[in-house]
Amino acid sequence: MAGNREFFYRRLHSLLGVIPVGIFLMQHLVVNHYATGGAASFDKAANFMGNLPFRILLETVIIFLPLLFHAIYGLYIAFTANNNVGRYGYFRNWMFMLQRVSGVITLIFVAWHVWETRIAAAFGTEVNFQMMENILSSPFMFWFYVVGILSTVFHFANGLWSFLVSWGITITPRSQRITTYVTIILFVALSYVGISALVSFI
Amino acid sequence: MAENKTVKFIISRQETPDSAPYTEEFDIEYRPNMNVISALMEIRRNPVNAKGEKTSPITWEMNCLEEVCGACSMVINGKPRQSCSALVDQLEQPIRLEPMRTFPVVRDLQVDRSRMFDSLKKVKAWIPIDGTYDLGPGPRMAEKKRQWAYELSKCMTCGVCLEACPNVNSKSDFIGPAPLSQVRLFNAHPTGELNKAERLEAIMGDGGITNCGNSQNCVQSCPKGIPLTTSIAALNRDTTFQGFRNFFGSDSI
Repeated sequence: MAGNREFFYRRLHSLLGVIPVGIFLMQHLVVNHYATGGAASFDKAANFMGNLPFRILLETVIIFLPLLFHAIYGLYIAFTANNNVGRYGYFRNWMFMLQRVSGVITLIFVAWHVWETRIAAAFGTEVNFQMMENILSSPFMFWFYVVGILSTVFHFANGLWSFLVSWGITITPRSQRITTYVTIILFVALSYVGISALVSFI
Repeated sequence: MAENKTVKFIISRQETPDSAPYTEEFDIEYRPNMNVISALMEIRRNPVNAKGEKTSPITWEMNCLEEVCGACSMVINGKPRQSCSALVDQLEQPIRLEPMRTFPVVRDLQVDRSRMFDSLKKVKAWIPIDGTYDLGPGPRMAEKKRQWAYELSKCMTCGVCLEACPNVNSKSDFIGPAPLSQVRLFNAHPTGELNKAERLEAIMGDGGITNCGNSQNCVQSCPKGIPLTTSIAALNRDTTFQGFRNFFGSDSI
């Protein structure tokens, strides 16, 4: 097993991006969507999530540890590539480059987002509709969140495509092409869920 | 006298593996149906650059001259390909020639592709048939499968897929698409299959299959049209199962 570290880490990286981090992302965006129903509706949902039993344990095992591993190992992967879309402007090569760029943007966005909400909550700030309304009242922060959400959703949708290839699920060019379409639809759908929630805070 | 049409070449040159590269321009007299190699031969015959100065002939590698040996690969107008099958009539001018810098440059356009041959050794890209006694004839291969395997066997270790791959570089140990596809070829052979696990474990090691980032430049660039990304995805599945077998245990060793 000693010689297989890289294989193991890389496959773990691919798996964690989908399970649990990708699943958590979808759940998070869906819960946020309660904001479109008004402040009371969002606060009720946020309260339910925030008061789940074993919350700290769930957060640590399902979110923080997998996310931390995925982020740190992902940075290493991103910086070992020599991007060459200038010479080879093929669709998949662009996706390869954008996957790395969106990964870095997402890391910056998520780090800021966790600092501003979850860490703030740990120091006693209450997470509610009002908090997000305050954050997003600044146009800069609103656009920062728009870019952050789109980048995160792209990274997840395109990462799901690579996950299917990396684990040997989609082998034929046809299956890979069809999953490209499916992941594009997923990108559009999740972007809608995320951005519509974001807009309802302002 | 016929019209004196010339072809302009801008060639990247380098005296030694460590010296700085520079470019030199050449105007070659046009002849119908000429390829890049015939132009390089013309420079060798009369090594005079575009300024009319005498210079050293260009160094490059070539062998078969019919796109089956892979030796004459170079970057022509930004794309890696074989210079024997690069026809001047089909190229935009001026024609820019550079070595495939993913590999160590020996001199001018000549590169050292040793790493590819080392990788083939590492993944055991052969069928062991030697023994201390006559092993007898191997099992037959279905004709349909032979034809399928023939496509994978067209690989000529030319290095174009490594040059096109964003993950094959000095920051990574990735062996590249070509040797991976050879693992699929030899694992598909009825006798080669006896060493399937060894080959899979070799590509699950350092610099192996997991370094693939799915940019799929390789399959777009392969001059032989080898389905490299299909091979890699198929091996992803094989190594997934091999990993499970190694960890959880299995009687099919």
